[in-house]
Formats: sequence, structure tokens, C-alpha cells
Amino acid sequence: MQRLNESDIEEVKKLNEIRYDFTTNVKPAYQAQRGLSRSVVEEMSREKKEPEWMKNIRLKALDIFLSKPVPTWGPDLSELNFDDLTYYIRPEDRKANNWDEVPKEIKDTFDKLGVPEMEKKYLAGSVAQLQSEGVYSRLKKQWEDKGVVFMDMDSAVKTHPDIVREHFGKVVPPSDNKFAALNTAVWSGGSFLYVPSGVHLDLPVQAYFRMNGALEGQFERTLIIAEPDASVHYIEGCTAPTYSQYSLHAAIVEVYVKNRGKVRYTSVQNWSDNIINGPTKRSWVEEGGRMEWVQGSLGSKITMTYPSSILRGQYASTSNLNVALGIGPVWKDNGAKVVHAAPNTSSKVVAKSISGKGGMSVYRGQLRINPGAYNSKASVQCDALILDDISKSNTYPHNEILEESASFSHEASVGKISEDQVDYLMSRGIREEDARSLIVLGFLDDVLKEIPLEYSIEFNKLVKLEMNKYGAVG
Amino acid sequence: MVSNVLSIKDLRVSVGDKEILKGVTITVKSGEIHALMGPNGTGKSTLAHTVVGSLRYKVNSGELFINDVNLKDLQVYERARAGLFVAFQEPVSVQGLRFINYLRTAYSSLHPEEKLEYKKFVEEVKELLTYFGLDGSFIERGLNDGLSGGEKKRMEALQMLILKPKFIILDEIDSGLDVDALRVVSKAIARAKENGAGIIIITHYQRILDYIKPDFVHVLINGKIAESGKGDLAKLIEERGYEYYKGSEADAKVE
Repeated sequence: MQRLNESDIEEVKKLNEIRYDFTTNVKPAYQAQRGLSRSVVEEMSREKKEPEWMKNIRLKALDIFLSKPVPTWGPDLSELNFDDLTYYIRPEDRKANNWDEVPKEIKDTFDKLGVPEMEKKYLAGSVAQLQSEGVYSRLKKQWEDKGVVFMDMDSAVKTHPDIVREHFGKVVPPSDNKFAALNTAVWSGGSFLYVPSGVHLDLPVQAYFRMNGALEGQFERTLIIAEPDASVHYIEGCTAPTYSQYSLHAAIVEVYVKNRGKVRYTSVQNWSDNIINGPTKRSWVEEGGRMEWVQGSLGSKITMTYPSSILRGQYASTSNLNVALGIGPVWKDNGAKVVHAAPNTSSKVVAKSISGKGGMSVYRGQLRINPGAYNSKASVQCDALILDDISKSNTYPHNEILEESASFSHEASVGKISEDQVDYLMSRGIREEDARSLIVLGFLDDVLKEIPLEYSIEFNKLVKLEMNKYGAVG
Repeated sequence: MVSNVLSIKDLRVSVGDKEILKGVTITVKSGEIHALMGPNGTGKSTLAHTVVGSLRYKVNSGELFINDVNLKDLQVYERARAGLFVAFQEPVSVQGLRFINYLRTAYSSLHPEEKLEYKKFVEEVKELLTYFGLDGSFIERGLNDGLSGGEKKRMEALQMLILKPKFIILDEIDSGLDVDALRVVSKAIARAKENGAGIIIITHYQRILDYIKPDFVHVLINGKIAESGKGDLAKLIEERGYEYYKGSEADAKVE
């Protein structure tokens, strides 16, 4: 759905100001002291009244974090000073499962973001997080009755300790990377979704993550488990207000897709320009299972995200559709990672990036077909659109095809908007900025059409806004 | 019928250092069909591109008006909003930009006073696709993406009808069309005329004029109108060939 005209631009500007760029005035119920140390982690765990095993996981991860250097192979992270950040802010002591029980200021926040409304209209369940903690979670009764569990992660540690303990940190171990270690040490919030065997959720569930202050860290931890023959669509939305100082968002998402299960993970991120975003997202896919990553990444100062699928069972499959906008002084480092570790597995990666107004978009991908993964199939397509001469796009595909019977294709393109296209659209009455937006949205259409309609309408508007934010692009 | 006038007066146009149009005058009124004929490379397409407002074409002198609106002051999109539609010889394609979304955006831009009823609009477009013998699936397809030359031309003709312009310039709409397509495109041109549009058909060949009778014919030779006349001039041109005008420096004889 692409309806774009001048009044839309105004509408979008208003929408963005009203809906995203505002702060919630809450006095936190608890706030950790600034900086990171063993005592901060211990106190946090105590505050959360966690079991001992979780505290131990945290402390071990902290050691790993301290021993790992900041990655230097990607964007410049020198601004990031881990001593500046506040790692844990609990806005509210109570967790509600009814919007009426949520304190007014916080409820107003999510009202402005449209969360309760979305829930009413087309969600099976919803989790809302402000700063470090879930403030609301609810799953419709019909799904609860079928044994589905959807709640904030902290609660799940208490109510479903066995399932959490069995799966936590297995797909993404703290040793994976510095941000993963950091998250494991100071994780808070996030969502826990458990779908029992054979249950198909026909409506999506959504988690909405809202950051609030500057120099704030948000480290949510999400665990999704689809038991055999189960299916679910999980949607993640993220926003934050704008500050002159940065904030750090480093989530971990672990997804288990068991035999013949199916999980779709849609992520629509519209971070403000001061966010450094480095989540680690990964799935294990067992026999006949399917994992679908759909990601739209707008905003943020730096984003480094490479959703991964490890295809561990025969006939497991994955798709990874990724749209990234790098417009303005930003660096978008996006990609995908797929490991074919079993025969007859298949994967498809489509990455689209846009760079403009000095922005940098990178595709960084890893695709590996292990020896013995007979007859596996993989395709990677990455297309970049560069809007002007001062913006850049780079592609770093890393492909290891170690199985002879496997088939693999890789296509990459880098292009510009053709002036003939702009002229043509203008000759039909469409303004230049709108013409350029239409061309850009057309370029993204392969992926945008996979995003749920309610989101794609908004996404379209946001793309348009991004394009106009730094003046007419082109 | 509302009477509008497209007036092109003594138009001189350069591309780079080279003057292509050396003083062209054509006046088109609502409901008239003009044929602009001539051999290749005499500036027929230059005229279309200049009127549409492409920046590559530099107007050295002359006038360009729709009624009292000076097109020379307007950007490309504003000219379209003033009522101009040019069907291009080689329409561009835009991958992923769904035809219906593009068309709706264009329509709303051109007719901001109308509240567009989306369902009705889609129905109308579907009917027209059938009219032109085009597949209904084109509605959701990327603009001109993967279409054959002939299909693109028919899509241009479809837009000419749906966007309801005051003036239409068809730049070699007949090239690459088979007989059936030529027939339906000609029918569409007649329909646009009935709707009150003033039309310039730019063509190299007489062929399309067997299907649609122009009210006036102009022959463009080396950037100048070598001869203008009523519709029957087309027949004469076919008999004489363009060689007849070789070396002719005749001034335009405008009707």
C-alpha cells in the first residue's frame, strides 16, 4: 500500500513527533548506579529476586564481556563508553496484564505508540516494555487455554524456570560476541514465548520495546520456543525518543524451531538517531522446521544486526528478508547468517539497503553449507540503492559451500535512481520527492510486502519521512 | 465542451550546443487531433520532451502555453497538473512500484479536488485493461516491469484515458504495435478526443492515420514545420514521401 502525497508528509512528520519523539516522566522504582561492575550485576540480580543459577550465568558472562575487545571490523564504536551507561532501570514495580492497571504516565506512553489499539485489532497477545522491564503482558485466553505462554522474560524465569534454564544461552552463548556477553550479564525484560506441540497461533503476538532516556542501556532477552508442529508469528517493535547523547540497545533473541514447527519473526525498528543498536538474533531449526526473519531497520545511529539460522535437521528451511535505510550520518551494518548443517535444507536471503545523505549501508553475510548437507539449496540476493554521491554501500558476503551436491546462487546489485524514472513519474503530476520515494519503495517492495499490512503502511510513511528528513534526497 | 488551447509558438530548442527545433508553431484546441509527421531525426521527439519539461532540452526562445498558463515557468510535475500528458516512445519501468499505486498517486496529484474512490478507480482500471487486451494482473505488477514494447504502449494509452488530461502528446505510440493493438490504441485516441482532449500524434508513418483521422497534419523537416494542412495532407505525404521536402526551407504554413 503506497499512498504518498504532500499531505502525507505533514501527517508523517506529526505522527513521528507525536508518536515516537517524547519522553515518559516516571520516577524509576529502581535504578542501578551508572557503570558496570560485579556489584552492579549482583545487586541487579538481587533486586530481581532471581534464582542463584541465573545470577551465576550473569557473573560468568560479565567476565567474558570484560575479556573481549570492542569489535573493530565494522562501524566506529569509539564513542561507546561502557562506564557512562546505566544498565538497569525499572520504571515500575508492578507488572500488569490489564491496561487499566498500568500507571497512567506509562499507559499514555503506549497509547501514543498505538500499542493497546494494535492489540485490540489484530494481536493474539502483547508484551510492552519500558526501559529495562516489561510493564504489561497479556495473552488472549483461548491461547492460554491451549498452553501457549507469552510474558516478559523476568516473569518466565520465575514461573517457567525449567524451560528457561534448558534453553537460555544455548543458541546464543555469551562467548558469541562482546554484546552477547554484555546482554547475558545485564539482561532484563524481553519476552518469553512458548508454543506447545501442534498449536498454530493464527494471529501474531507482539512485543514493543520502548527506550526512554539518554545514556541508557536496554538489554532485553527474548526466548521463543515452537514445539513440534507449532507455528507462530512474533512481531517486535522498537522506538526511542531523541537525545544528543547516545543510548545502547543490545538484545539477544533465541529461537527454537522444533520438528516441522514454523516461526516468523518480524522486526520493525524505528530507533531515534542517537541509538547504537547491536542485537544478536539466532535460531535453531530442526527437521522440517521453518524460520522466517523479516526485518525493517529505520533510524539509529549505528546498527549491527545479522539474524542467523542454524539448520540442524533435514528439510529445515529459512528465509531472511532485510530492509535497511542508512540516510544521514548513520552506519547500517546488516546481514544474515545461515548454516546448513543437515541434508536437504534450504535458505533464501534477500537484503535491500538504501544509502543517502552521507549514510553508509553494509551487507555482511555468512553462508555455510557443511559437508554432508546433501542437496541443500541456498540463495543470497543483496541489492543496494545509493541516492547520492556522498553516500556509500559495501557488501561483504562470506560464502563457504563445502558440500558438492549443494546448489548456491549469489546475486548482488548496486544502483542509483535513474533520472529518467524520476522524469517519467513527474510527467504524471508527481512531485520530485514523491517520485523518488515511490521508486525507493518499489525497490523495497519484495521485502515490504512480507511485513504485515498495518506495519507496512506505517513503514511506507516512515521511509518517506526518512527520505525527507535531511531535505529532498537526490 | 470546454475549450482549451495548447499553444506552441516559434519554439527554438537546443540539446547541448545543437539547435534541434528552429521555430515551431502549432496550436491545438480541445477535441482536435493533430498529426506531427516527419522522417527520423527532425526533432519530433524533441518537441514532446520540451513540452513535458525535460531539463536536457533548452528552450532558446518561443512560447509554450496551455490557455494563459506559461508552461515555461513550470516544473515537469506542474505541467502535468496544468493538464499535459505525454506518452513516451520508450516508457521507463520501475521495479516493485505497483501500477495501481503509481496510477492512484498520479491521479490524486492531477485531480486534488476530487475525492478518489479507490474501489471504483480499481474497477475502472481493470475495465480499461480488458479494453486494451491486457492482462488483469498488470494492475499489481511493477510499473512497466517486464512488459513487451507493445504492452508498454498500450499501458501508456490506458493512462492517457484514465488520467483525463487536457492535452495529449503521443510520441510514436504506433511503433512496435501489431494491427490489433494499433486498432485499439486508435480507438482510445478517438475516445480521448470525444472526452475533449486536444491531441498531437507524433509519427513517422502514415499507418496509424488509417485508423484515426487527424484534423490537421504538420510536416516537420530539420526542426521546422515544412508544411501544415488538413487531415488529407497525410495521404499526400504518403504518396510524395519525405524526399519531397528535401532542401525545402519553407516557413510553416499554419492553419
